[in-house]
Amino acid sequence: MDDGTIDPMTHDYSHELPFWRKYIFSTDHKMIGIQYALTGLIFLLFGFGLMMLMRWQLAYPGQPLPGIGTWFSENVMPGGIMLPEFYNQLGAMHGTIMVFLGVVPLAVGGFGNFVLPLQIGAPDMAFPKLNMVSYWFLLTGGVIMFASFFVPGGAAQSGWTSYAPLSVIASSGQTWWLVGMTFLINSSLLGSVNFIVTTAQLRADGLSFNRLPFFVWAQFVTSFLLLLAFPPLMAAGILQLMDRVAHTSFFMPTGLVVSGQLLEGISGGGNAVLWQHLFWFLAHPEVYVLILPAMGIVAEVIACNTRKPLYGYKALVGSTIFLGFMSFIVWAHHMYLTGMGQNLSAFFQVTTMIISIPSIIILTTLILSLWGGAIRFTVPMLFALAFLPMFGIGGLTGLPLGLNAADIHLHDTYYVIGHFHYVVAPGTIFALFAGIYHWFPKATGRKMNDFLGRLHFWPSFVLMNCIFMPMLIQGLAGVSRRLYDPMQYAHAQPTQPLNVFISISAWCLALAQIPFIINFFWSLFAGKKVDQNPWEATTLEWTAPSPPPHGNFAQVPTVYRGPYEYSTPNAKKDFWPQSMKETN
Amino acid sequence: MSDTAAIRYISHPHPVTGVTNSKLGVWCFLASEVMLFGGLFSAYIMLRTGVPDWPRGHEVLNVPLATLNTMILITSSVTMVMAWASLELKSLSKFRLHMALTVLLGLAFLVVKAFEYGHKFEHHHFPATSNFYATYFTLTGLHGLHVVGGIVVNTYFLLFGIKMWDKDPEQFTGRIEASGLYWHFVDLVWIFLFPVLYLL
Amino acid sequence: MSSHSPEAVKKEVRVYIAVFGALAILTVLTVGVSYLKLPLALAIAVALFIAAVKGSLVAAFFMHLSTEKKIVWSILLLAAFFFIFLLLYPSWHSF
Repeated sequence: MDDGTIDPMTHDYSHELPFWRKYIFSTDHKMIGIQYALTGLIFLLFGFGLMMLMRWQLAYPGQPLPGIGTWFSENVMPGGIMLPEFYNQLGAMHGTIMVFLGVVPLAVGGFGNFVLPLQIGAPDMAFPKLNMVSYWFLLTGGVIMFASFFVPGGAAQSGWTSYAPLSVIASSGQTWWLVGMTFLINSSLLGSVNFIVTTAQLRADGLSFNRLPFFVWAQFVTSFLLLLAFPPLMAAGILQLMDRVAHTSFFMPTGLVVSGQLLEGISGGGNAVLWQHLFWFLAHPEVYVLILPAMGIVAEVIACNTRKPLYGYKALVGSTIFLGFMSFIVWAHHMYLTGMGQNLSAFFQVTTMIISIPSIIILTTLILSLWGGAIRFTVPMLFALAFLPMFGIGGLTGLPLGLNAADIHLHDTYYVIGHFHYVVAPGTIFALFAGIYHWFPKATGRKMNDFLGRLHFWPSFVLMNCIFMPMLIQGLAGVSRRLYDPMQYAHAQPTQPLNVFISISAWCLALAQIPFIINFFWSLFAGKKVDQNPWEATTLEWTAPSPPPHGNFAQVPTVYRGPYEYSTPNAKKDFWPQSMKETN
Repeated sequence: MSDTAAIRYISHPHPVTGVTNSKLGVWCFLASEVMLFGGLFSAYIMLRTGVPDWPRGHEVLNVPLATLNTMILITSSVTMVMAWASLELKSLSKFRLHMALTVLLGLAFLVVKAFEYGHKFEHHHFPATSNFYATYFTLTGLHGLHVVGGIVVNTYFLLFGIKMWDKDPEQFTGRIEASGLYWHFVDLVWIFLFPVLYLL
Repeated sequence: MSSHSPEAVKKEVRVYIAVFGALAILTVLTVGVSYLKLPLALAIAVALFIAAVKGSLVAAFFMHLSTEKKIVWSILLLAAFFFIFLLLYPSWHSF
């Protein structure tokens, strides 16, 4: 019917799907988004667990882990004492899982799928069946990655970066990693095609590109990064699989000596640095995949909770596009210590310094958006506000890493770990929490509990800094990363007390997530019920019911104005929805 | 019957972008494939320029057979675009003919490839033998997998997907066009792979 | 594409046949040139040039790129730019 309601007399009940089509093999973007989000959250928790184990070894090296230590087999933790090989598995899989099975599925698969079609006034993604396949590829990849822990020799243990030749001679878990990555890469690839086509083609009438919510722009640019940067890693993965399974020498140099013996049976002539080039060609844009959706979420939450338009929309969008483009041509700043020629090194330093500019512009416009705002310190807003200085620290600590000379001292130290975790953990993950608290009402028709939300936020904020600030100090002191026993070096030993402090903070951070988990599930059933626009926001998703039905809108909405018409002068209300025709 | 808006621009192009969803989608996918083969070609360049000795393709590989395969694939590209043109001319029987030819030519390509590989294996030349062979087998192998994919999709359209012609001829024509774009791309990759591996 | 009249499509078909002929000739040419046993640098340049011509014919006519819309071209040009980077930079590692 024209007013968006369903007439029981004419409603086609053949649309009512059986349980397995509605909840499991769904082609509805909202259900798929929820599947991605739940999968991402579970893997984030699992990845967090892996790191908590690692933190025991770092805080109390060589000590048996009480209680939990007995759950693990004698192969990996004999007598509850972690073996170095297991430590390396935990490290490699923590990184892999957090990036590819935690953050990206939640940020892109979860939020992108759920929110984007709603924000552009579309009934679904352009290719709903392809969307479903993308999710099942992700889950398959995740199961393979999880299962790899249980194969002989354990999971991949050559870092999430899988550098050759170590990764080529590693145990079978590495092959599982490569196969798992194949599924994850293709999941993202198919998803990115869907996002690009949906954004280009299915926008509501009147929703031009410069009226798009910044969240949509962020997801759109992110999709191009996924589309064009992932395939070279796929190529590299195929080459590494060939090296491992068919004994080729794509990455195996001539005359490689392993454990004092010349490696036999391979032709040699390969180049280990080739792997690094192909890997980082993806992995650098990947970090922008991790941050852009987060910036999109923060922008939406800030606009809504300051009751004023975002400052510098054009600068924000222009910077995001420029950032996306530049992200493809900075990758070798991860490779300064590989004996790169001076000219190539200089080139990448220049592009790396240039790419900091759009990031700063984005952060600045978001901060300036607060000026003069009537700030509502809701739980999503707390997380969005915290994102700003945390991303600031993360970004600033990236600068010395981007410069060759300083990087000589900082490369492969805890400084790097501190830098990127600042950006991803109290950066992106906080933004994701903001998104969950912000859009939970849209997805479920209920609000999450406010008190539990604040109980989640404050300890998390403090503890994130307790964990990652000392790492920056350790890195400056020269403590190397990826070491089972970093204190084997005398210069690192004075920082051991910091390890204890960091580990305890990390375990406390885990406890701080309990209010969130309780809140999430409790609110599903007992949260305060809300109508379609509890936050009084302007963007299109808030004009659909909470939760929206299959197809979202009765007819394609018409958009009359930009996305952030808050506090328009002489208006009746302090917000003017995009699709509201009447004068406010 | 539908109580919500339907997905638009499936069969008819978007008024501003000028393309249908499937056309834009398949071109995005092909852009990603360009990057995939780009990664492999990049590896090839880095490996070849990194060593002093690398055999010339025609010394090691069977040029006449590969030339035949090149012609097979180019012909299949013609039959593929003819299949689409037949639908534009509303001739389902011509479509069936040209699509069947495309599938058969694709299979012929694979058969010739199998002979090539078999011959190499018989002479104990495997991917592990040298980086030349590693590159040869991996690049042609991945290309071959793409050929298989195209054959599967085209066969599906020929035998089962064709039912859509009665329901929505424009959407079906669009699907064949999309499948054609993929198939031409596979041909295009071979047009570069052939001289690079066999002639240089 | 449904706006194509039967005459227009028939004209296109004639173009396809012509392109097929050109591709066949260029294939023979590129194989023939390889028998000249040119020095490697020249051989690479000639082979890639001929391949580029063949590829352009396939892209322009079989894939209808010559009449394709701006949005498709922009995505391809973006990919082409990054493709060139990816192709060349790893090999310049020691530069």
